[in-house]
Parts: sequence; C-alpha cells; structure tokens
Amino acid sequence: MEETLMDLDLKEREEYVINMGPQHPSTHGVLRFETCLQGEKVKWIRPHCGYIHRGIEKMSESLTYPQLVHLTDRMDYLSAHINNEAVALCVENAMGVQVSDRVKYIRTILAELNRIASHQLWWSAFGMDLGALTTFFYGLRDREKILDIFEESTGSRLLQSFITPGGLMADVHPNFQKRTREFITYFRKKLPEYDQLLTGNVIFQERTKGIGYMSLEDAINYGVTGPSGRGSGFHCDIRKIAPYSAYPLVKFNEVTYTQGDTYHRYLVRMREMWESLDIIDQLIDNIPQGPIMLELKAIKPPKGEFYQRVETARGELGVYIVSDGGPTPARIRYRTPNFSNLFIINKIAAEHKIADLVAISGSLDLVIPDIDR
Amino acid sequence: MALLSTLKEVGNYFREIYQGVASLVNGMKVTGKYFVKPSTIVTQKYPENRAELKMFGNFKGELILIHDENNHHRCNVCNTCARRCPNGSIEVIAKKVVGADGRTKKILDQYIYHLDTCTFCGLCVPACDENALKFDNTFEHAVFDKSKLVKVLNKPGSSSITTNE
Repeated sequence: MEETLMDLDLKEREEYVINMGPQHPSTHGVLRFETCLQGEKVKWIRPHCGYIHRGIEKMSESLTYPQLVHLTDRMDYLSAHINNEAVALCVENAMGVQVSDRVKYIRTILAELNRIASHQLWWSAFGMDLGALTTFFYGLRDREKILDIFEESTGSRLLQSFITPGGLMADVHPNFQKRTREFITYFRKKLPEYDQLLTGNVIFQERTKGIGYMSLEDAINYGVTGPSGRGSGFHCDIRKIAPYSAYPLVKFNEVTYTQGDTYHRYLVRMREMWESLDIIDQLIDNIPQGPIMLELKAIKPPKGEFYQRVETARGELGVYIVSDGGPTPARIRYRTPNFSNLFIINKIAAEHKIADLVAISGSLDLVIPDIDR
Repeated sequence: MALLSTLKEVGNYFREIYQGVASLVNGMKVTGKYFVKPSTIVTQKYPENRAELKMFGNFKGELILIHDENNHHRCNVCNTCARRCPNGSIEVIAKKVVGADGRTKKILDQYIYHLDTCTFCGLCVPACDENALKFDNTFEHAVFDKSKLVKVLNKPGSSSITTNE
C-alpha cells in the first residue's frame, strides 16, 4: 500500500493497475477497486468510495427526527426496516420512553423478515457473481413473498420508512400474521433447495473454500462485523451482546465459524436464515395488543449525546445523535457496517486471482450506498 | 508402499471427479423438477395482465386529495402536510375570498404535488387532521417530460366541504 503509481516501475515488475468499477456489475454499485495485477494475481487493492455520497448526515441536520428516518432507508436499502429501527430506538432512548410490547414484537418480526430478504438477495447475487445464473431466479422468487408482506402492511416494497420514533407509522395489515406464517412454512421447504443448488456444487466449493482468509485478529482490527466477521469467529452479534426490542424474549443461536474463508462467510448467512425463521416463529403467534404509536407531544430529545447500535443484515449499525434539545439533531452520525467491512478487502484478496476478487467482495455482501451515505 | 500411495492418489482423483459430477447432477435435479412442472411458474406477463393486476390497498403509488361525488375535498389550507414533508414536495397555495357573511376566508387555490421529488415516506397522510389525503395505487409514473410530474391535486371546480358549510 505504500507504493504509489509514480514510484513503482511497473514494466520491470510486470505489474499493471486496472480499475474494477465504478460501473462493474460485480461490485454491486458504484464502487471502484484500484487493483494492481501481476499477471492474473492481485497484488494490492485500493477501494475508492464516494461515488454515491449524498450527504445524508448533513441533510439530516435540517430535518426533524420523524423526517430524517426516511433517509436511513437509502443507506443500506436491503435492511431498511433495521436502519429505521436504529434511529427510532436512539431517539426513544434519548427521550426515555418505552414503546409498547406490540410495537417491539412487530419491529423484531419485520427486522428478521428484512434480514431473510437481504440474505436471499445476497445469495442470488453471490451465485450469479460466481457464474450460477439460476440462483438469481430462485432467490428472487422467494424474496417476492417477503416483499409482498411488506407491501401489504407498509405500502412499500423496498424503502418502507415504517418504523418511526415513537412506534410505527400504522398498524400492520390483518393478513400480516397469516402471510408470515405461510411464508415460514413455505421457506423452510425451499431453503434445502438452496443448499442442493449451490452449496454442494463442486465448482462453487472449489471457488470459495480457502479463498480470502480473514483471521479473527484482522476482523477485530478492521471492525468487520456481521456475518462477514462471524465467519472468522468474531462474536459480534448485537442481538446477543446488547439485545434490543424483542430479542431478549427469543431463543436463537449466534452463528459463528472459525475458518474465516469465503465459504464459511457464505455458510453463516445460510444458517442465519434458519435462525431468523426460528425467531419469527417464536414471535408471530404471540403479538400482544397495544398502542402502535406513543402519545408524544413533540419529539425533542434532551440536550446530550446518544448512541444506539443494532444488528443489520450486514453488521453493526451505530447511530450517534448530538442533540441541543431542539426538534432537529445538532449532529447525527452513522457507523455503517459496510464502510468497515469494505476496507479489509486489500488484506484478504491480495495474492489471490482476479476472479477470486469477485468471490471475496461478494462474500463481504457490500451495499455501496451504505458505504458512502 | 509407493505403489499403494500412487493407487490411493489415482483413486482419490477418480472419486473427486465422481463426486463433482454427482454434485452437479444433484443441483440439476432442482432445476429439472421445476422444468417439468409448469404449475410452479411464479412470473407474470406484466403489460398483458394490466386489466386484472391489482395492487395491495396500502400501496403508496401517488398522493391524491380525496374528492367526494359532489367534487368536494376536505382541505382547509392548514399547511401541516407541506411542513411535514421532508423534501418540499407539497405546496399548498391559498386564496382569499369574501364569504357570504362578508368576512374574508382562506380557501384552497392550488394543491401542488411534486411527484418527481416525492420519496414516499408517507408522513403527509397521517399529518392531516381532516383525513383529506391518501395514497393511490397507481404505479405507472414514467413520462417523457419531468414537468408532467408536477400535479395539481384539487380537481377543477372543486370546493372544500368546510367552506361550503
């Protein structure tokens, strides 16, 4: 990394620098990897971000708390509910109010459905990155069921803005429980198909096993959280270590592997889908009655600094609010999981082939708008 | 001893080939199963099925001002929705008229909705105390000119229920 383009004699070393991205399909967005290659071997990678920077944090300073929630959808758009929940929890903690149990249950169910939908899309795209186009159709077929549940209750399929400080925008649709229950039975039958299609596939295994090894030390040093960190044995599940909403009430396992390669980061997400189904299964029949919105006169957190972290589908999302007592935050900062997860790529992809870079960046499950914000 | 290890290697080589092919066949079983069962098709023929295509009732398509059969809406120009909107997609333009009792009143002149900047956060609908707004289920918003996305929501000749009383 110390070398720059100027001081290395590329011809002598038979190295050349190419750009992967910002319009490359396997970077899943506008991210540019400045990649130095020697033959087919990757020497180093410099990720360049900022192509989709929208200034969400600065924009939020001029919006009231209920208004700025809709911008968090646009960070990690595949975990929109969980991002909304992070802001909502932070504001509620700051004001010292508790939402009803009904809201907690619904929030948790929506968050877990969102996590499954996100992992389904990741599984689809990951297979496609490695040349298995079929996975894309199977993953999106099942994801559609979840999006239908969201659409019926919240009115939107991807960017819901449903969870808001103080509760929920509206009550869930009467069909919500029935549909979710149907989905659980449906998807429990379909998940083994995923394994049959891709996990056991010899080409897939050859391309992922032992590729992109990330040690536990690296994962901690770089702050790699979420399934990517847990693939290296990093116990970083916020749902376990700092439970929020209805997570203290449910039993589930934190999925970890110690091998730390691309294949095991894949397995973490596959097993997390089973765990999420179990969480929803425990909650869906016992949603208590209660108000869906707190009666708050004004959403104005007291003067001070507040922090709340949640587990999104990609890792730890932290919301840091500095309030001056007004209706808008004086400063809001998001610690997004993808930003930390991205920069390990130089460490784990170096000395691998260029085709493995696609597998490795796919296994980190990057969402680019979340990196740039 | 050397012969034995060589034989083992050769055996492993062929076993790997066998296992690899078996794993591919195993995956093909799934796709094959769906190939011979057309009843499992989940895709829709979109432009052809427009007539029977029905969205969920809650779907946020575009904002509308509710009008009843007498062309009355319920907007009383309180401007709460416009203030609640995070990106200024709503403009409520009022005009002053002299009522029958001789007092000047503010009534709705134009309710302008910028569909091009709307992010469908849904804050405007619960903000309205009169329940004058709702989201329609239309979703085909593609137009050739951006200016067509700026809409006037109150219908021509409509009046507010509150001003008529």
